[in-house]
Amino acid sequence: MPEPLIELNAVNKWFGSLHVLRDVNLTVDRGEVVVVIGPSGSGKSTLCRAINRLETINSGTIIFDGKPLPEEGKQLARLRSEVGMVFQSFNLFSHLTILENVTLGPIKVRRESKAVAKERAMKLLDRVGIGNQADKHPGQLSGGQQQRAAIARALAMQPKAMLFDEPTSALDPEMVGEVLDVMTSLAVEGMTMIVVTHEMGFARHAAKRVVFMADGELVEQAPPAEFFDNPRSERARDFLSKVLQH
Amino acid sequence: MSILIDNFDLFANGLLGTIRLCLLAAVGSLLLGGLIAAFRVSPLPPLRALGTGYVTVFRNMPLTVVMFLSAFGLPPLGVNEASFLNVPGLNFLIPQLGNNAFFRFALIAIVLYTSAFVCEALRAGINAVPTGQAEAARSLGLTFTQNLRNVVLPQAWKFAVVPIGSVIIAMIKNSAIAGSFGVAGDLMYTSDVLVSQEGLPLLPVFLGLSGGYLLLTIPLGLFLDAVERRRAATIR
Repeated sequence: MPEPLIELNAVNKWFGSLHVLRDVNLTVDRGEVVVVIGPSGSGKSTLCRAINRLETINSGTIIFDGKPLPEEGKQLARLRSEVGMVFQSFNLFSHLTILENVTLGPIKVRRESKAVAKERAMKLLDRVGIGNQADKHPGQLSGGQQQRAAIARALAMQPKAMLFDEPTSALDPEMVGEVLDVMTSLAVEGMTMIVVTHEMGFARHAAKRVVFMADGELVEQAPPAEFFDNPRSERARDFLSKVLQH
Repeated sequence: MSILIDNFDLFANGLLGTIRLCLLAAVGSLLLGGLIAAFRVSPLPPLRALGTGYVTVFRNMPLTVVMFLSAFGLPPLGVNEASFLNVPGLNFLIPQLGNNAFFRFALIAIVLYTSAFVCEALRAGINAVPTGQAEAARSLGLTFTQNLRNVVLPQAWKFAVVPIGSVIIAMIKNSAIAGSFGVAGDLMYTSDVLVSQEGLPLLPVFLGLSGGYLLLTIPLGLFLDAVERRRAATIR
């Protein structure tokens, strides 16, 4: 059996006196799509951000691709370049065009030539359906287009895994579908993904495993069909009854 | 009025001295201020402490004191004539760099003092850039300096340019302190010579003196207003 790509062991994190991650253990295999759900403040975003060390942890270990996360400096930068991250608020570089957003990482971090980086960027932008927006600035695009550009920017680094931190939560409802379509196609192609989301439909059809978090604890994990139809914990049943009844 | 016309060449010469001093000081302050600002936002605690210490010292010390320390404190420390500023080529354009040690000490003092304020204006600009921008850059694998240079500073600059401009305007006026030390060959020095050595009446000379500074600061202020209007037009 191949070793997992991402492995969290007994991870703890405090924000001051607030215990946001409690003894979290999680392994994610290569090519696996894990969807993390749970109420607000349950620590799921923090968990996602801890994996590329945008949040530091207080105890426990996180192993990526066989190696513990580096503390700081060049090695940490290299690790981050191998893990794509998509944010709730897109965070496209507002002073650059969409194309420059996508090529910045490959040119600066991977030292690729402009021509090579541009060619791949255009393919990726076409793939997410916004090739014709390449020369615009982020402010000129709709939210859905911006988030698809952000996904292209992350993919341009040819990452080993992708982290999605509530990628559709800041979008108008009509734009959620276009972003989820891109994510679904990534999942189908075998990208390793950790997706923090409130989109239960996406969890049901695209996830291989659903992880349910509450109050900083990883309460329950199961394949989506099993989780949604037969949640084992009281906490998960309560959560699902609130989000699924409407 | 005739005093101003009769001594026009002296005033012009003094104004040229001020322009030269301020041009060099502005470039030096922007460079050093940028470096100190980078220290203050760096992930390394010793660099941050250095930056904070620098700003605390030079923002709180009167410029006159910094001038004294520069002119009389540096030589015992081995910086005899500050002749490292006598840069070949540059001293051709700005002869004072080569032939006036006190011009060089005044330049050092103004740069040390002003860069503390440039640093803080720049840092305010950096803080105005949403944190998500730097996080996105980090998540792509950009190093701290790449992040600063390619993502944060180009955006921080837009927020900082007007406050930095005000710092530079204050610097131009502060440069008069160098002249009142009686050695730097700038506008203030010229006026001092005309009044105390040639015995000309103070009021018209100082009107001319003020006019000279306004000639530098008002266009700079107008330029900053234009920059701000342009920026307002690009931010949606």
